[in-house]
Amino acid sequence: MFRRLITSREALLLAAITLLLGLISLRFPSFVAPANLASVFNDTSPLILLAIGQMIVILTKCIDLSVAANLALTGMVVAMINVAFPNLPIAFILVIAVMLGTLMGMVNGLLVWKLDIPPIVVTLGTMTIFRGIIFLISDGKWVNSHEMSPAFKAFPRAALLGLPVLSWIAIFAVLVFTVVMTRTTFGRAAYAAGGNSHAATYAGINVGRTQFYAFTLSGALAGLTGYLWVSRYAVAYVDIAGGFELDVVAACVIGGVAITGGIGTVGGALLGALFLGVIKNALPVVNISPFWQLAISGAAIIIAVTLNARANRRKGRIILKSAEQAA
Amino acid sequence: MHAINAQSNVGKVPILSLKGITKIFPGVKALDEVNLDLYSGEVTALVGENGAGKSTVVKILTGIYQPDGGTIQIDETPTHLPTAQTAAEMGITAIHQETVLFDELSVAENIFLGHAPRGAFGLIDRSAMVRKATKILESIGADIEPAQRLRDLGIANKHLVAIARALSTDARVVIMDEPTAALSHKEIQELYELVEKLKSQNKAILFISHKFDEIFRIADRFTVFRDGQFVADGRLDEINEAELVKMMVGRDVNQIFPTREPNIGKDVLEVENMSHPTEFADISFTLRRGEILGFYGLVGAGRSEFMQSLFGITRAATGTIKIDGEPTTIHSSADATKAGIVYVPEDRGTQGAITALPIFQNITLPSLKQTSKKGFIRLAEEFSLAREYTQRLDLRAASLDTLTGNLSGGNQQKIVIAKWLATQPKVIILDEPTKGIDIGSKAAVHDFMAELAAQGLAVIMVSSEIPEIIGMSDRVIVMREGRRVAEITGSDLTPESLVRHAAGI
Repeated sequence: MFRRLITSREALLLAAITLLLGLISLRFPSFVAPANLASVFNDTSPLILLAIGQMIVILTKCIDLSVAANLALTGMVVAMINVAFPNLPIAFILVIAVMLGTLMGMVNGLLVWKLDIPPIVVTLGTMTIFRGIIFLISDGKWVNSHEMSPAFKAFPRAALLGLPVLSWIAIFAVLVFTVVMTRTTFGRAAYAAGGNSHAATYAGINVGRTQFYAFTLSGALAGLTGYLWVSRYAVAYVDIAGGFELDVVAACVIGGVAITGGIGTVGGALLGALFLGVIKNALPVVNISPFWQLAISGAAIIIAVTLNARANRRKGRIILKSAEQAA
Repeated sequence: MHAINAQSNVGKVPILSLKGITKIFPGVKALDEVNLDLYSGEVTALVGENGAGKSTVVKILTGIYQPDGGTIQIDETPTHLPTAQTAAEMGITAIHQETVLFDELSVAENIFLGHAPRGAFGLIDRSAMVRKATKILESIGADIEPAQRLRDLGIANKHLVAIARALSTDARVVIMDEPTAALSHKEIQELYELVEKLKSQNKAILFISHKFDEIFRIADRFTVFRDGQFVADGRLDEINEAELVKMMVGRDVNQIFPTREPNIGKDVLEVENMSHPTEFADISFTLRRGEILGFYGLVGAGRSEFMQSLFGITRAATGTIKIDGEPTTIHSSADATKAGIVYVPEDRGTQGAITALPIFQNITLPSLKQTSKKGFIRLAEEFSLAREYTQRLDLRAASLDTLTGNLSGGNQQKIVIAKWLATQPKVIILDEPTKGIDIGSKAAVHDFMAELAAQGLAVIMVSSEIPEIIGMSDRVIVMREGRRVAEITGSDLTPESLVRHAAGI
């Protein structure tokens, strides 16, 4: 029943994306060529990575507004490290990026867990702090393409079995986190903590610690994405990915993640991100102003939230015996 | 004042009168042709056990529920109260146990929210509002500044603001639902004075309380309900406490409880001198295998608080817990579950089942350590555990994948119990296990409880329902104001003895 409901919601989104692609292909058949679809997926990969982390955070009834700032700070740090030590192996850079992102996620998590500060306040604060730190360490200067080592820039673009590494990382993350969320005790705890924190506490789940882990994972993914972003666009400065946290939250909401916690899947976050990715990539092709893109994303969010609310209402308590049998 | 009130009510006309009011909820008749009369300048105490129908009456009087039969008369005219607003316009106002006010607004704003005096352009006339608020506050003898923010007031003063708000709409009928439950001794005295003031202003007051001393202290009349039926009414100066208790609890045994042959074994749980700084003190008892130990007390006697502490949700300051003779430290619900104590909370809606998770995940939630290895869940074991316990509780659902939120209340309850049994506990604490469920489901829960005890589980049952306490318990501990005041067994276990100990009379 549960699976059916979730899959139906995901199926709906998948149908919407297919329909969108179908409409675009009527006038611009080249858009749906496999190579172009692969490039749309690659372009959406950072959003997918962040949306997975955000999904986990939202699942525990929190929100992480600091992901884009975390990404930007990590990106700046690894870019500066690369400038200072151009010969450091990429594996080392990756480890630093993930660790730094994890650390920032842990700061968020600790503030929420130990000091009991509302997550929106914590991450709004750390978002500003992280951006401020970028300015401090970079003096507001850019790290440009020519300063970065070729290996640093090549990693996400390197082709593996026909797809860039960036895409493979997103695919790998989707698979790993699907397992984490459905098959581990942490995943179960996250659903329970967000679904009903009182009941979860009674069942012996440490709700605060679960939220801490969620923020930590979100931070780790943001850190990883930070390096990928900076190397892909070959530039690092204070404002990269400015406002991107809202796209990330939007992807989750469109993907059926309940902002009230407890409901959501990795698959949903993936589809939500792809929906936004298709719109973003298609609109310039169909020659529609980027402002429409914002309007369309906004409308998609409202439609998704309305559908979610309706689904939840229908799910309300079934008191009549006859209705229960039907359900 | 008292001289007038002491007169008989013969010939006097009630301001408000309920005649033959019936209210039916699916499966339950909450009120069955009850009567209630409220007179100007008098305090009427509404007396009854939990489930007698008191709060349903309050909700009917305040327009929240609509009666299914009978009439409401105001000044002898049949009236309908379709909405809360109509009730307010008719001059009926209620001050609830947990006052519904706004912490961030000022006292004056709280008093006049929704009916603030208007000035030019329809804007709120602040000075008029403050002036009127001052006047009302003075009239009830409250020393509160109208401009103060409500959050800065104590609970007693918040009550006064609620009362001032009630008076600001020219209320004629004031309903006080357990107004003293959260007040200190001194604050209660001040409330009594206020009630006297309201009487002198000719308000009719409906006073709901479980505390006999305060009923006899401030009420003039009484009305007794039992199981949704009207039992008696009259003047309080014509009866004594024992008679009132008898009216409240005396009943034909119409509920059948399972017959048990208690097979009581050795001590499982020994609790010594458990104390909490503010909620309970010096609780000691032992519990044996196969035993059902009842915990009785009035609402707010500290039973649930104590149980939550025993279960590690809140930490007790002092005291020792032994399980099977071994001293055990419990710092969290996980510790308690591991030690073999589980707790099925009273509020199963917010503390019990997680409605967004499917049945099997709810059942295995406290047992995840058993059904997982190194953090990875083993689905096969999870399903077999869930299947075993849904079968044991005879839970019929299309599939274990069904979302828990899609089940009926009774089935959700089964899931909550199943998930705790799946941890294979030694001691199970059931907090108000049959609250809010229909008679048929109650009997099923009682049978099941008897079965658990027969299988050697030690059961603690917290209940405010006297028939249930008497019908199910081998032994009863009575708590009052955070302390254990009595332990009753055998032929001493009567409704009268329970109520006397619980109320302290």
